[in-house]
Amino acid sequence: MRRKQFLLLLTLGLIMRSVGAAELTLDEIWELLQAQQTQITALTEALARTNTRLDTTTNGLVENTRAAAITRQHVAATADYLDDIQTGGGDSKTSLGGYGELHYSRLDADDRARDLTEVDFHRFVMMFGHEFSERVRFFSEFEIEHSFVKDTDDGSNGGEVEIEQAFIEFDLNENHYARAGLFLLPVGILNETHEPPTFYGVERNDVENIIIPSTWWEAGVGTGGRYDTGLSWDFALHSGLAMPTSGSSAFRIRSGRQKVAHASANDLAYTLRVKYTGIPGVELSGSYQHQQDPSQLGNDGLDEGNLLSIHGIWQRGPFTLRALWAQWRFEGSAVAAADVDKQTGWYVEPSVKFRVAQNEWGIYTRYEDLDGARTRDRFEQWELGLNYWPTDNVVLKLDYRNREHAESIDGGRDFKAFDLGFGYHF
Amino acid sequence: MRMRMILGMFLCLPATMAVAGDRVYQTPEAFVDEAFHGVPPAASALWLQPQLRTELGDILGHKPALRVRYWGAGSRTAWIFDEIGKTHPITTGVVVNTGAIEDIRVLVFRESRGWEVKHPFFTDQFHDVRLADNQKPDRHLLDRQIDGITGATFSVRSMKRVARAALFLHAHTQTSAGSLAQAR
Repeated sequence: MRRKQFLLLLTLGLIMRSVGAAELTLDEIWELLQAQQTQITALTEALARTNTRLDTTTNGLVENTRAAAITRQHVAATADYLDDIQTGGGDSKTSLGGYGELHYSRLDADDRARDLTEVDFHRFVMMFGHEFSERVRFFSEFEIEHSFVKDTDDGSNGGEVEIEQAFIEFDLNENHYARAGLFLLPVGILNETHEPPTFYGVERNDVENIIIPSTWWEAGVGTGGRYDTGLSWDFALHSGLAMPTSGSSAFRIRSGRQKVAHASANDLAYTLRVKYTGIPGVELSGSYQHQQDPSQLGNDGLDEGNLLSIHGIWQRGPFTLRALWAQWRFEGSAVAAADVDKQTGWYVEPSVKFRVAQNEWGIYTRYEDLDGARTRDRFEQWELGLNYWPTDNVVLKLDYRNREHAESIDGGRDFKAFDLGFGYHF
Repeated sequence: MRMRMILGMFLCLPATMAVAGDRVYQTPEAFVDEAFHGVPPAASALWLQPQLRTELGDILGHKPALRVRYWGAGSRTAWIFDEIGKTHPITTGVVVNTGAIEDIRVLVFRESRGWEVKHPFFTDQFHDVRLADNQKPDRHLLDRQIDGITGATFSVRSMKRVARAALFLHAHTQTSAGSLAQAR
């Protein structure tokens, strides 16, 4: 208390001294003090108002931050929803794909009666798949060939409706699988991978048509292994061929496909493939197939069949070289008497791919040598052509073919052909 | 008789199935964990502005989602993609460091063919691959030829698309603070 009184007296003394120096009166000092007090009061009130506003602003900021977090959650949920709509359910396990090809061919044969000019939507394929779990999946292909199918009494119609694949595949472990159902046989280059953008030529090569009857599917069970070295194997036990042993298509392999339509399963077949792809751009593969009875009938002179097929693919930069050789050997008196107990075909196909702007182009040539069951299936053929891919999965094709038959009886069938086509895959 | 023996062997397959595994070579979580040496950063989301989304769509060949999830720390980012090979999605992990691919791996393979893309003899080709000069008309292409695998055409294409997408997106997480801010 005493200290306060002392400080007050000291302050007044100092004021008096300064007042004295400024020659101010006591009243003037009092007024000055009053004015200062008024100012302090005003400032105190202003500070209180500012504090109030600050509190309000802070509360608003907290509220806005909370609202922003909720908005972010709403935006994220909306984005999830939109992504789900776009992807058809987000984590949908069912997939849809397809491919197709349209061909235009102008064929000038030595026998003018065999000239041909036609346009054909050769294949329209839809692929459906489903993933039951991480280790069990379904694959299928549904195909309409030649765009039009008509039910007629004698079976003559424009096209075919086919199920080319419908199988379940199980992962046994990281490197081994098993499958059951209707599947493509592991033979050759094109039989399993034949989407139009993946090969040259409007039509597929003839060796993988006449000797290896692509597209070739059977029903059965299969298994296989795939290893880090790039080595793999596939084995399948499946339904067999039912080749005719008489008529114009006698011993013709392609005519033996039963297509798993009420197929005779008296005599099964098995196929083994070993493949090496351990070096980028290189594929070496060999397949062996045994047909217990390729006619499904006993004592008809066609008892057993064995197919051996080997192929190699070498791709380095823009250059690719494909070569395939395949041969059937049949046992039986009738097939031997017809001199078609050995049917062979091979082809070699060099190609080069190049890019112009954003589009890829490829040119190729192919030489084929066929020795099939029918005389018309014994020929040599040169082919030269061009592929243009405006985008990865669409291709436009153009080619020229020159076929010369081995036997003079089929000389009239020799032809030069010009083909145009397009294909797609998605 | 021989056929019956083979058929018998196949009937044994269900027994093998009891100990079956699957083709999940590595989980995405384990991939990210390994990419950041056991200390993975929190996942971020790169929101795709219209132009970015269009360009990414051109690379992938389909409309992408509105956001792409990634993990980033320093100059490195890790990405997980589910892209269709032929009919089924292939889950692929990619690590990009300073605009070059450091690692690319198939994590889950679901196709019936084309499995060869999982092997190092194929994926090693992507190491240090960058995007080609963007000033050229063929933008967002890889600066190096990747040799394909016959019979695995669609899987190879899928892997190339994923590599391009990761490099493209990486550039958009690194080029500006604004992009990063949008990403968070």
